[in-house]
Amino acid sequence: MSEHHEHDCSHYLGSLSDYCDGVLPSELCQELEAHIAECDNCRVVVNTLSKTVMLYRRMPSPDVPHDVKERLYKVLAMRPKNE
Amino acid sequence: MSNPTDNEALIARLRAGDQSAYAQLVEEHASRVYRLALRMMGNEADAEDVLQETFLSAFKSIDHFESRSSLSTWLYRIATNAALMRLRRKEPEQVSVDEPLESEEGDLMPRQFFDFCCLPEEDLLRDEARAEMQRAINELPATLRSVFLLRDIEGLSTEETAEALDLSISAVKSRLMRARLKLRERLSAYFSQGAVLTEESSK
Repeated sequence: MSEHHEHDCSHYLGSLSDYCDGVLPSELCQELEAHIAECDNCRVVVNTLSKTVMLYRRMPSPDVPHDVKERLYKVLAMRPKNE
Repeated sequence: MSNPTDNEALIARLRAGDQSAYAQLVEEHASRVYRLALRMMGNEADAEDVLQETFLSAFKSIDHFESRSSLSTWLYRIATNAALMRLRRKEPEQVSVDEPLESEEGDLMPRQFFDFCCLPEEDLLRDEARAEMQRAINELPATLRSVFLLRDIEGLSTEETAEALDLSISAVKSRLMRARLKLRERLSAYFSQGAVLTEESSK
């Protein structure tokens, strides 16, 4: 990242997360897109930031293990619904 | 997620002390509470404690539930508080001072510029990569972790997250941004190492 870029890039840092969510106001969006068209580093940051969020969203979701659920019902002094 | 009318009927039955309503609440919400607890605490034993505390506390305080919020947001709120309290007891320094010490954007300036988007899906989705992703979550300060989990893993809106955590909208957005940038940095470093190793082994 060259010296004159560093200043520009930090200026956009606060907008990146909203940009990934598609909620950045359109003027800022255009400004950021013009910047990333010219700045390789920021383009990589935007792409990998979106990819990071996407990878986390696709993480498999663990189910409650059977014994954990049994103990939960026990602590709550309840019988499981299906028994 | 169940619709508002179902919610209202369920809440009325819970308040009336209907046992089958309690069982329904557990059946419908235990897996989300457990998932959040597991990712928040990073281990199964603590996650189980948080799960139990959440439902015990929910049953006790169902009369204080305000219907403007959804049952799931309310349970997320109880679960996050239980998790944060437990973390504070375990690692007092980590949880209480993580925020003030965080200097502003300086720390967040990206340092890693490896474009891992181009890696094959199988590399990104390997078990080892998933384990690294969980470690990266564990290393986030707890206050950033809770926002990230509710927004990006549990899929709550910014407004729901703000409600569950008693934060302003702008605080949720700023913490989410910091959490995401930190995770991106960490994953970039991890995947770039992997890419170097693969390159070397193919020489």
